[in-house]
Amino acid sequence: MSKTTVSRRGVLKTGAVAGAGLAAPKLLLADGHAYTNAPTGSTVTLGFNVPQTGPYADEGNDELLAQQLAVEHLNGEGDGGCLNTFTSKALQGNGILGKKVEFVTGDTQTKSDAARASAKSMIEKDGAVMINGGSSSGVAVAVQGLCQEAGVIFMAGLTHANDTTGKDRKANGFRHFFNAYMSGAALAPVLAAEMGTERRAYHLTADYNWGWTQEESIVASTEAMGWETVNTVKTPLASTDFSSYIAPVLNSGADVLVLNHYGGNMVNSLTNAIQFGLLDKVVNNKDFKIVVPLYSELMAAGAGENIKGVLGSMNWNWQLQDAGTKAFVKSFGEKYGRPPSNSAQTCYAQVLLYADACERAGTFNPCGVVEALEGYEFDGLGNGKTLYRADDHQCFKDVLVVRGAQNPTNAYDTLEIVEVTPVEQVTYTPDHPMFAGGDLGTCNPGA
Amino acid sequence: MLGLNSKDFRLFLVVIGLTLFAPVLLNPFPTESGLAQFNAGYPDLMQRFVIFGIFAIGFNILFGLTGYLSFGHAAFLGVGSYAAVWMFKLLSYNVLPAIALSVIVAAIFSLAIGFVSLRRSGIYFSILTLAFAQMSFALAYSVLSNPKFNLTNGETGLQVYNDDPQIFHSDRLPDLPHLFGLSMRASTDIALGPWTFTLNAGYYLSAVFMVAAFYIAIRLFRSPFGMMLRAIKTNQTRLNYTGLNSRPYTLAAFVISGAYAGLAGGLLAAMDPLAGAERMQWTASGEVVLMTILGGAGTLIGPILGSGLIKYFENIFSKINDDVLHSWFAFMPDGLEDAMVFIVHPFVGKGWHLTLGIVFMLVVIFLPGGLVEGGQRLWRWITGANRKKSDDQDTKHAPHAAE
Repeated sequence: MSKTTVSRRGVLKTGAVAGAGLAAPKLLLADGHAYTNAPTGSTVTLGFNVPQTGPYADEGNDELLAQQLAVEHLNGEGDGGCLNTFTSKALQGNGILGKKVEFVTGDTQTKSDAARASAKSMIEKDGAVMINGGSSSGVAVAVQGLCQEAGVIFMAGLTHANDTTGKDRKANGFRHFFNAYMSGAALAPVLAAEMGTERRAYHLTADYNWGWTQEESIVASTEAMGWETVNTVKTPLASTDFSSYIAPVLNSGADVLVLNHYGGNMVNSLTNAIQFGLLDKVVNNKDFKIVVPLYSELMAAGAGENIKGVLGSMNWNWQLQDAGTKAFVKSFGEKYGRPPSNSAQTCYAQVLLYADACERAGTFNPCGVVEALEGYEFDGLGNGKTLYRADDHQCFKDVLVVRGAQNPTNAYDTLEIVEVTPVEQVTYTPDHPMFAGGDLGTCNPGA
Repeated sequence: MLGLNSKDFRLFLVVIGLTLFAPVLLNPFPTESGLAQFNAGYPDLMQRFVIFGIFAIGFNILFGLTGYLSFGHAAFLGVGSYAAVWMFKLLSYNVLPAIALSVIVAAIFSLAIGFVSLRRSGIYFSILTLAFAQMSFALAYSVLSNPKFNLTNGETGLQVYNDDPQIFHSDRLPDLPHLFGLSMRASTDIALGPWTFTLNAGYYLSAVFMVAAFYIAIRLFRSPFGMMLRAIKTNQTRLNYTGLNSRPYTLAAFVISGAYAGLAGGLLAAMDPLAGAERMQWTASGEVVLMTILGGAGTLIGPILGSGLIKYFENIFSKINDDVLHSWFAFMPDGLEDAMVFIVHPFVGKGWHLTLGIVFMLVVIFLPGGLVEGGQRLWRWITGANRKKSDDQDTKHAPHAAE
């Protein structure tokens, strides 16, 4: 360094500046609201945090549309949708607790960091009392942690990994979506009925947290009914060509291929598998089969012809015939001209449930809302009878087993419902090994 | 003063002033007004401004001075974050040990990567650093997060759990990162008429670190060591022919800039105790290159301006949705309103990348020196100093660039 002369005056000045700098934080004391972002005016703000760019942008967009629809219905606009079929009648169509519902949106980019930044800006800048939506388990867990720290309610959107309400469960977070364990439990009996109990399965698994928990769940439930697992192979998430992973399947002696992939991964791996003619093969005197444990409408559309006859599971499908589904599909269809996806339904239901919980609790205080949602049982939102379990904030309801339609009549009925698995069959104990290690903690009202 | 010449000291004071009053300067619009959408003075974004400012200052020490373009700097940021969160998990939520470890770990990590990568220069160096960073990303995303050896927690990101040891944690302390009990999330709202300004503890801590980082960067730029780095940028071959071994200098610059990135990563984790693998992805590495070029590579304040601009776009423009647009153009007749929304729609909300891309193109084409050059041109135009062209290189660092 060129100049390093020390003068008395220099030292004094430096000391004064440093002292002022150190003293500054002492002036900052937390101020005392009852809870974070208590709404003071005539409106209340909800935060809709969905992927608008990146691999799940289409799903995020669908979630956003559904959430806007939910806000309309809460404010008494439109046809009211599921407010008419919901078993709780606390909601009057005059907003929440008399306050008009407004919302802000943000882009998660399907990255934990960006999602947290976006959620933080909603909480810190826009005064959101609740964050809803998302389309990936990593993001869900990250934002759930943030909401717990910040003292707002989090409703998870599309997240299927066991960890969201397993080892990463949080008191301020709730999940309406089903999880990998439930997929396994719902699929296994259908697989046994369709393919027999003497199958040899080969797993291709996306190499990240969700893939592992799904693989673990499916392996456990299929082995329990007598299947043998030949091999489980992890594929990098960024792969677009799975040929090199498919070829060994043919020589492994396996007669079922389980694709623990989601989104673009699944579309590509399934297409590769079809190109290799796997479905035309006969191995061990049995027809070769492919299973995709987690389906979405988007993936079905992307995979086109290839999904015909392929089994999988879903949280909800617009072709269900209950009153809640019909009401929701009708208002969504009339507004946007197409049926909603299952992630859209999840986000829609979550907004209504949150609003309803506030009404029943008589407050927006997260602790009141948590209390109102814990152990809450309801019907009429499209999933049949549903329970929000208090122990882990996981929702328990029927799970759909679906199959790629053989003869779709239009672009939207690419999947057909094979079976509605009753909730008893997919229920597990809160301390189930696949969900162990979590700690809800206590609800945090923030501020 | 402080070993700076008067010009640098003025610039230093300007930076201190800007960071000190950022909560006011960034909230120019009253809270209830329609323009409040453009306010950036909330804690999370202000923290990001200064933290990515540190990141870009550090990157500029390498890229701006030696001309070595590292395409893998995000790896050091990520490593710093992971180190910090591990300190939270093992020791306590106190941010100081976390930040200290994150700097040390990032420095060691950059020493290893720099030792290998710096054997090549130019594009080969860039590709090597990119490869190492992508390798670190893949390690963090999958390899090091398997259930048997879970160092990074993969896609979900490393978090602090209730059952972590946290041996120095006590019930009196907040369950959030804190500085001897002062929570990083502690904020005070000051209402001034229709305006609300939020003073946040975490922001001011980051700001102190940024001011310190900036001071060190000025001293580096003006030191004989900085001169040597500039010589490397100008003509490394000639330097080698004079008998000087330039590699220790480049390696030192690389490690210093890696340590800066680690500091930024540690601070990110201190503001928000989560470390995600995406922090190490090549897009994150590219972002800091953009920040530096956008602001003005090789200038002192440029990287800070560039990082501020990019973070502003990412966080403010991405939140303007169609409803907001409709409310802006509500005064127009229906048909015209829809038409305006249709025109503006691709550039805001999810289209913020597009707007940023256009700004970047314009800057690179018309202001090769970045925003700093824009500021200088504006200043010269205002003062009418265009005629007397300064031959002093240091005009680049004049304080007006901060505006």
